[in-house]
Amino acid sequence: MSEALLQARGLHLAFGGVKAADGIDLDVLRGEFLAIIGPNGAGKTTFLNMATGYLRPQAGTIAYEGESILGLAPRAIVRRGIGRSFQLPQLFTEHTVLENVALAVAAREGVWSPLRPLLRPAWREEATEVLARFGLATLAGARADALNEGARKLTDIAMAVALKPRLLLMDEPTSGVAAAEKMAIVETLARVLRETGVTAVFVEHDMDVVERFADRVAVWSQGRIAALGPPGTVLADPAVQREVIGIEGPGAAAAGLPGGIAAGHA
Amino acid sequence: MRRGAEISLALLGVAGVLAAAWAAPWLRFVLTIALAKGIAVLGILLLLRAGQVSFGHALYLSSGAYVVAFLAPSLPEALLLLPLAALIAGLIGLVAGLFLARYRDIFFGMLNLAISMVFYSLLEKLYELTRGTDGIRVEPPRVAGLALTLEAYVWAMLLVALVLAVGFGMLVRAYLASPMGQALAGIKTRETRLEFMGVSARRVLLAAYVLSALMGGVAGAIVGMTTRHVTPLLAYWTTSGELVFIAILGGAGGALGPFLGAVTYELVRVYAAAAFAEAWQAILGVVLLLVILFAPGGLWGMLLGLLGRRPGRAP
Repeated sequence: MSEALLQARGLHLAFGGVKAADGIDLDVLRGEFLAIIGPNGAGKTTFLNMATGYLRPQAGTIAYEGESILGLAPRAIVRRGIGRSFQLPQLFTEHTVLENVALAVAAREGVWSPLRPLLRPAWREEATEVLARFGLATLAGARADALNEGARKLTDIAMAVALKPRLLLMDEPTSGVAAAEKMAIVETLARVLRETGVTAVFVEHDMDVVERFADRVAVWSQGRIAALGPPGTVLADPAVQREVIGIEGPGAAAAGLPGGIAAGHA
Repeated sequence: MRRGAEISLALLGVAGVLAAAWAAPWLRFVLTIALAKGIAVLGILLLLRAGQVSFGHALYLSSGAYVVAFLAPSLPEALLLLPLAALIAGLIGLVAGLFLARYRDIFFGMLNLAISMVFYSLLEKLYELTRGTDGIRVEPPRVAGLALTLEAYVWAMLLVALVLAVGFGMLVRAYLASPMGQALAGIKTRETRLEFMGVSARRVLLAAYVLSALMGGVAGAIVGMTTRHVTPLLAYWTTSGELVFIAILGGAGGALGPFLGAVTYELVRVYAAAAFAEAWQAILGVVLLLVILFAPGGLWGMLLGLLGRRPGRAP
């Protein structure tokens, strides 16, 4: 648990006047579950976007397994073993749930076979097995655009898991999932990832989930990491409670906008 | 899904074409052209799966036809001209596709149109080479080494077209069910996810584009050898439009759709042109309008609907 799988150093990225990343230094350790918390607009998703090649930082470096992945396309980064799930599920809406996951299996195994069907026995079996692990077996035949938000979210994560990444970046895996199912889902997810030895980074707003599943917590604030450490220590910090947890309360969403926070600290 | 039913329908179609051609000699020519266009429309169907419409596939149809026109005098053998036309059209498709696969939607459609119109202008202006709008006459080549009588040649062309139609229909059917075909459909709904799964959407589209160009070339070669007169009109944008028209008329849901559409299109055109010489294009327009309004799945979708409603049939 001491070796860094992903190493970010001095990441800077500004959109106009808004600094989405203002000197991010972070080591993601092999095998850990690292939670990223922080108000909306703090740059959490921007970090995931930079780590997966979707956005290129204006300064700084990112290394995975000791090699720079800066400037690589998302496609190339995925192939190296960094998977990604999305805050808004990115599904193939005209395909069934099974086909969505089978496409991910195909993407891993090689899609370039024009004559053999996607749902060949081996891939169908693997996709079915992945769906079963996520409790989605009964929805295998449903079209992806007919699912509720929770099931779409899980399918999205199942697709990322089917790629068998060594590092999985998840953007708010539990948002939109019914509160009653949330813990069970994270429980399942954590078990699947631990079994396969996947390192996970997840953006999360639910502090109960963070406390229970994260090995470490990184607190994002205005494009910087304000605090980093075990959840027990970090979440007990009064400043973190005021800045992050307080803001998570109902009706306080507007205060989380980047302009609001920047103004408050100016 | 419905594999048995689709095979039965295809066999029924083959039998129908042969019976019609045997009963009405003048239909042999019409059906050969329809089958050829059906093969070209299979290519349009592939691209439609990715949500892309090419308004320039006449480029590949005409490439195939001009390969025949240029090479038939020195290489008078249909069974060699066909693969050569496929190869050359496929190569043109590869070169154009490397550029075009970067674009989507209206840009994809219009750039296809632009490239095909450049080709059209070249065919028209390079008179020394192409004889401009006069076109090039094609002497009937040998088929499998045999110099045939005209009647036998017409039959041979129909049979060649029929065999190729069945072959490419099966190929496209398998392709659409394969990971490459399914990823193609993924381009339509969530292209970025493909990239985040490590798959190049451009290469997925390029592969389909080259296959579509190759089929266009084969179709053009059949048209060239059947009409035996190749003119730049085959490269004109109206020919591209015709292919898209047939794709929508036939329906993009299955590999039989393009052939259903092409046969219907050619027959309506022949009968409408004979009965209402001045208004046949209007009649085709109305037919298309009705299909779009009342049967968005095209004729193929209508047929499936009819079969599905029949009692005693599993859904």
